[in-house]
Formats: sequence, structure tokens, C-alpha cells
Amino acid sequence: MNVNEASWWRGDKGGMWLIAVIAVAIVLVPILNLAVAEDSVFHISTYTVSLLGKYLCYALLALAVDLIWGYAGILSLGHGAFFALGGYAIGMYMMRQIGDRGVYGNPELPDFMVFLNWSELPWYWYGFDSFSFALLMVLVAPAILAFVFGWLAFRSRVTGVYFSIISQALTYALLLAFFRNDMGFGGNNGLTDFKEIIGYSLQLESTKNALFVCSGLALIGGYILCRYVVSSKLGRVLVAIRDAESRTRFVGYRVEHYKLFVFVLSAMLAGVAGALYVPQVGIINPGEFSPINSIEIIIWVAVGGRGYLFGAVIGAILVNYGKTYFTGAFPEIWLFFLGGLFVVSTLFLPKGVVGLVKSRFSGDRGTEGGVNDGNDGAGLPNVSALPNVSAPPKEESS
Amino acid sequence: MTSSLRTLIAPLLSFFILSCAFPATVFAQDAPFDDLAGKLTTRSFSEKARLIDSLAATKDARTLGLFQSLLAGQLYYIKETGAIVAVDKTDDQFLATDILSAEMMGAVAKRSVKKIGVNNKLRKQLRSLIASYSLSNPDVDIRLEAAKALVKNPQKDFLPVLEAALVKETDKGVRTAMVIARSAILLGSEDAEQRLTAVEGLREANDKQVMTLLEQLVLENEDGSVGEPDERVRLAAQEVLAKLHTSARFYKVAEDLFFGISLGSVLLLAAIGLAITFGVMGVINMAHGEMIMLGAYTTYVVQLMMPNHIGMSLVVAVPAAFLVSGLFGVIIERSVIRFLYGRPLETLLATFGISLILQQLVRSVFSPLNRPVITPEWMSGSWEINGMLSLTYNRLYIIFFALAVLFVLIQLLKRTFFGLQMRAVTQNRAMASSMGIRTGWVDAMTFGLGSGVAGIAGVALSQLTNVGPNLGQAYIIDSFMVVVFGGVGNLLGTLVGAMSLGIVNKFAEPMLGAVLAKILILVFVILFIQRRPRGLFALKGRFVED
Repeated sequence: MNVNEASWWRGDKGGMWLIAVIAVAIVLVPILNLAVAEDSVFHISTYTVSLLGKYLCYALLALAVDLIWGYAGILSLGHGAFFALGGYAIGMYMMRQIGDRGVYGNPELPDFMVFLNWSELPWYWYGFDSFSFALLMVLVAPAILAFVFGWLAFRSRVTGVYFSIISQALTYALLLAFFRNDMGFGGNNGLTDFKEIIGYSLQLESTKNALFVCSGLALIGGYILCRYVVSSKLGRVLVAIRDAESRTRFVGYRVEHYKLFVFVLSAMLAGVAGALYVPQVGIINPGEFSPINSIEIIIWVAVGGRGYLFGAVIGAILVNYGKTYFTGAFPEIWLFFLGGLFVVSTLFLPKGVVGLVKSRFSGDRGTEGGVNDGNDGAGLPNVSALPNVSAPPKEESS
Repeated sequence: MTSSLRTLIAPLLSFFILSCAFPATVFAQDAPFDDLAGKLTTRSFSEKARLIDSLAATKDARTLGLFQSLLAGQLYYIKETGAIVAVDKTDDQFLATDILSAEMMGAVAKRSVKKIGVNNKLRKQLRSLIASYSLSNPDVDIRLEAAKALVKNPQKDFLPVLEAALVKETDKGVRTAMVIARSAILLGSEDAEQRLTAVEGLREANDKQVMTLLEQLVLENEDGSVGEPDERVRLAAQEVLAKLHTSARFYKVAEDLFFGISLGSVLLLAAIGLAITFGVMGVINMAHGEMIMLGAYTTYVVQLMMPNHIGMSLVVAVPAAFLVSGLFGVIIERSVIRFLYGRPLETLLATFGISLILQQLVRSVFSPLNRPVITPEWMSGSWEINGMLSLTYNRLYIIFFALAVLFVLIQLLKRTFFGLQMRAVTQNRAMASSMGIRTGWVDAMTFGLGSGVAGIAGVALSQLTNVGPNLGQAYIIDSFMVVVFGGVGNLLGTLVGAMSLGIVNKFAEPMLGAVLAKILILVFVILFIQRRPRGLFALKGRFVED
């Protein structure tokens, strides 16, 4: 399985298309927003630009989840936590940028600290005056959490649903923690009232377009990185772990190291997504840690198709477009729809939209990716389907 | 609006209860009571004092209410007719109740009534009369309350009344309370010897009020003087106080333990259904919380259907909730979960979708607001063991209820044919199937059982928390923690897991605060799973490993 330098992206037609579409979008959308007259049919409102930027951040987050779920079989129900940590890191930077323009006009402390009668900045806020330090933290904070959590979990072989549940407990614990005022992250209200980022006002249309372009570039970069990882030898090992963890271990691979690497990488991608998301929506609060947010990410990936990478991106954009539409048009229906989506996609679309399209139009070659559940006989030859290893379905989790 | 209604109802209700508690002794004496009450309109205070004594002598049932109104300055008379009324001032309105006929007269004009004034001497007289009435009341509870009220407000005037009541008292609990009250009053005596005996008499008084009284004795004032001039008394007080502090700490621990067990039993109820679906069947049911929620809403609906029998409503709600949630469980199992056996991650996602649908369903049907569920009378109130420890009945009942549910489930699994089939399918599906067990049917029934038990948990939880669409979500993570901590596939493990998490939580709370304690528990469980990935009481054997 020698991976040629140039061949890692070959055969990823879907990915090429995706990158092309995003590249066109990041050129076209700002032009249509800034250069086309407002009354023209082709004009895109600034609101739409920010909305699209938000979708791109979600897509990057979905990509991060697909990397671990689709390729390493790790179902994390706490990925929203890494997203939120990235968001908090950039939020803290922007809080420091407010300076004395806050309601209380205190040049040293953010408003909420003045309100809580704090006299000085807590130590963990030091350094966030600097943009580069904040950027570093966007990567480091989620990475540290993912490393500690993943190291503890994978080392003691917490797998499958157990991992899912404790990762959900992790984000729930963080939710509760960030709600506390004493934590020094703004408590219930979170961080908001941002003015500018590296000197550019967040109110300006050009800043919003720039953030949109950054999100697009980050998504393309993240996609290429993920594609590189999954096509590498390491990626093959990950797939082996996904399909038969014990067997991979017996063959001699240090399963927990591979898992830990890809988990930390995924957490960092999620952090970047959060950091791009927060300036575009203008607020970060503990609600981002809520378990339901993390679970929604999973459904984006499941709808798009798990284990294709570009499927996750498509799923994120599709579901979020649906959310925007339904919560606007029929707010009552949205939860029914979302809930139905979970049920339908697991029952009838085990490979998501992408899998459906693939099997329709290109015959079922199934060699390009996608997750095999071992129940339908399609796709990659499944290791656990071999004799002796096959277990009665229910014993796996009892 | 509700609060003003409450201020209106509360005095009337207490008046009603008190007058009912009074012996409806001799109604033949109506006439003297009416006459004497009518004369209260006089301006002379000494005349009023004489009238009050004569009124007390009539032993009429209405005397207590009359005295209480008079003491509270709520007794008026209507200028035109001279009728004596109790007036409740609410929202700038004068709501009058006729004292003699207990008839509500509604709002009256301020000008048409005149207050029957009292001075301090009369107040003293009234207080002592009310106390003696209450202390000699045939109802034990009223006597106990009166004695406790005396500890709170020890006044020397009551001493003779108290001594008289003590001689006649037969109930042991009330006697103890009265002795404590007497000691509390004697603490204020002029005679140092008497104070010393009083302090000694408080040795067995496990009461927070008594501690405050004693603390006043040993407390040093700002000018250096001490509350108690006599040193012997002071030393004795210090000693007794130290002893009381020790027992206060003991009872604090006992109370924390009670709250811990109570929280543990709530967790147990919430988790026990999950222990069946997740532990026994291996199905991750994220909609488990919503099954609890359905049970709570069933309680609400049952109470709506039988508004006149709230006391019975819970008894009806338990089987009803079991059926409703169980039915939903069977439907979910047959329509979704059975296609996903052996794919736990997919099951997790599908059931999560179901939980969203159920939440929205409840929101659409019952509105997103919390629904009021009434606590029946037999569940409200508390069991006061002494002045330092009292256990609320609802929590007490729920502890026993949770244990009973656990016991029944264990018996069901171990002793019945259905339980046997269930365990057979769990251990070896193929073999069980070959033996002629309808595995599909067993799956559906097991899932229905787990969901039904969750519904029962909802009935209990409706008595403790708000019943709203988010009820289930609040418990789902806790329930999973309990099951995972206790060990999957083991109901006793669930018991130990729930109780230890509940107790640790309640003991950590005073030190760390509620939120931090919860976070700590979560972190603890996360770390614990690292050490023992299969929980406290893990199943041993081949089929544990995947």
C-alpha cells in the first residue's frame, strides 16, 4: 500500500468538484455582494454572505467529525465542545480588542468582569491581546482537551457507544462549567459586543466578505488535509481500526496512538471552524456546548454520507439550509423534521445522500470510500464478515 | 393575581381550620358569646379585658378566631349594625367576615367599619389565652405547634398556662416539647438557680431555636459584658451548647445522607428503565428521557381527568404511565430499533431523532410551558423527627417507591418465565431462537418494559420537578452515567451506582456549590470509566468482550 505522492487525491472526483464549487463561491459571492448594484437580481445581501460563511464553518466542523467517525469509527458526541473552545479563544481576543469602548469604559477589564466587581484580569486571559496568540490558542486549547480526553479514553480502550456517552458527558460538564460566572468567560451571556478583528470593524461589509472568504479557504485547506490523511498509510490503518479494532491491534498496530492522533487533529479542525464562526455571528455563549449541538453535527455527516469527506460538507450545508428555511417558515415543524431525518437517514440512507447518488449513477463500485456497516454486503470488503470473527449482532455491546 | 388570591385565602383557611379543630362544644351557649362579643365595641380597655376573660370562659368554638383577629388588629365592627367582623385588607379593599356566623360578607366600605383597638395589656392577655387554648386543644398536632411556638417566642406570661398544660399532658412528644418550652421561658428568669436548671433541662433539646437562645447567653456583648451574668449558668450553657453543636453536626450529616439517598433514588428511578434497555438489551435509547417525560405528562392528564380525586390520581397514574410509555416503547422498537440491532451507533442516532420528535409532539399538544402537577395531600408536608431534622414526605415516599420498583423488576427478571426468556435472548440469541423463543416478541416486550418503567419514574419525578418538554433531557445524561458507573447488565449495580452518585453529589454540594458538584461527578465518572470501562459490577465471561 505504497502511497504515491501525487496519487492521494486522484479518484476523488467528488472532492474535486467540491473544491471547485467552493473556490468559485469565494470569488463570486464577494463580487456579487460588493460590486453588483443592490437592486440587481444578482445581488447577494450581506446577510446572505454571513449566512453562507456560517454554513462553511459548519461544513468544516462536519468534515472534522467525518474524519474520526467515517474513517476511524469514533463517534464523538462532544465535538461541539472543541468548536466552542475555538470560538471562545477568538472571542477572548475580540473582547480584549474592545478596550475602553465597553459600556463601563474600563480599559483593563471586559464589561462582564467590571459587572462582577473583579479587580484584575484572570491569568488565563493574559496574552489574548495578541491576535497570533489567540490563533495559537484556537488550535492548542481544543488540542489539549482532545489529547487529555482521548488519551484517557483510548488508552483504557473505551470504545463504541461508551466513548460516545462519555464524550457527551464531557461537553455537558463544560456546558455547566461555562455557565458559571466564576469561570471568567462571561457566564450565561458568554462573550459578545465585539467591535473589530485585527483592526477591521466587524460591521463593515468588506470584513464580512473577508471572513466568508477565509471560511471558504479554511474549508478547502481542511478538506485537502483530511483527504491527505485518509489516503495516507495512516488513513488505511484508521479504516482497519474502524472495521476491526481488535484484529488491527493483534496485527501489531498501536491502535490508541492512531486514534489519538486523528482525534486531536479533528478537534483542531473543529476549533478553527469555531474561530471562524464566532466573528461572523458576533457572539459565543455556553449554549454552544450543549449536547444537542454536538449531536446535530453527527446528523449532518450521516445525511451527507459518512466516510466520503465531501459527503459531510454536502450534508452540513443541506441540513443547515433546511434548518434556516424551516425555522423561518414553519418553526413548529423543524424539530419533527430534524428528528425524522435522524430516523430516516439511519434506516434508509445508511450511506447518506452521497452513497445514494453513487449507487444510482455509477453502479455499486463502492471502492472510493464510504462506511460499510457489515449488513448490506456492499462497499469495502468487511473484515468482520470473515469467518471466526463474526459475532452475533447483539453481543458486541452487551 | 394569584398572590393576592393567596393572601386572601390563607387567613380564611387558617381561620377555618382552627375553628374546625376547636371542639364544637356547647352551642347552647351561643347567646352569651354573641352578647359578650357584641359588647367589645366599647372604648374602655378595662371593660374589654373583662369581656375577653368572660369570652374565654364560654369555651365557645369561635373564641380562638375572635382572639386571633383581635390580636392581629383585624377585628372591626360595622358602625350601623354593630356586627363584629374580621377584616382582611387586600389590594386596598376591606374584605369582611362575620365572626358570629362565619359568613363572608365581601368587600365593605372603609368608612362603614371601625377598628376595635387593643393596647399592650390586652395583647398580653390575648396571647396567653390563645396559648392556653392551643396548649389544651384536644388535637395533638395543635398542642405540639403551640409548644414549639413558645420555644420560638419564650415569654414569661405563658409560664402558668404552660405549667397547667404540662400537668394534663399525656402525649410523650408534646410533653418533651412543653418541657423544652418551659426551660426556654425559665432562661429569662431573674433567679440564677432557676436559669441553671433551665439550661440543664435543655440538654436533650435538639432544636435550632434552643441553640440560638443558649448562644445569646454565652455571647459577649460589645461592651465586654456577657449575656449571662452568672458564671455557673454560663459554663453550663457552654457545655450544653457544645453538646447540641455535636448533635447538630450529626443531624446535618443525617440530613445530607437523606437528601443524597433521595437524589439517588430519583437517579435510580430514572436509570432503571435504561438499565433494562441498555444494560440487558444493549440498545442505546436516547429517547429514554422522553419516556420519563411521557410518564410525567400522563400524571398531568390523569389529574385533569379526575380533579376531585387528586389523592388517588398518583395511584392511577402509575399503571397509566407504565402503559403509555410502554406502548410508545413497543411502537418504537417494532418500527425503528429492530432494524438496527447490532449497530449501536445507528441506534443511538435514530433514538435521538425519536426523542426530538417526542419533545416537539409534547410541545405541540401541551404547549411549551411547564404543566402544573398537583402534589396530593398525603405526599406534602414533612416528618419532623426533632427540631434539627425533618424529612419531607414526598422524598421519603419516592425512596421507598424506587426500591419497590427495583425489587419487582429483579423478581420479574429472575422468577418469571418472561424473565427467563429475556435473559436467554440476551445471552445467546441464536440458541434461544432455536429453542423456540420468539426473540422478536421478547425484544419488543423487553423494550416496552424498560420504557414503561421510565414512565413510572416520570410519575415520581412529576412530584419533584417541573413537568415540561425538557424534563427528559435533564435526566438522560445522569441516567447513562448511573448505568455505566454501576455496570451494564446488572440491576443491583444500578442501585449502587445511583445511590453512590446521589450521596456523593449531596455531600459535595455544600462545599462546592451545586453546579461544581455536578461537574465534579461527571469528571469523576469519566475518569472512573477509564479505570473500569465496564462499570463497578461488570459482567464476567466471554460475552463481555467484543
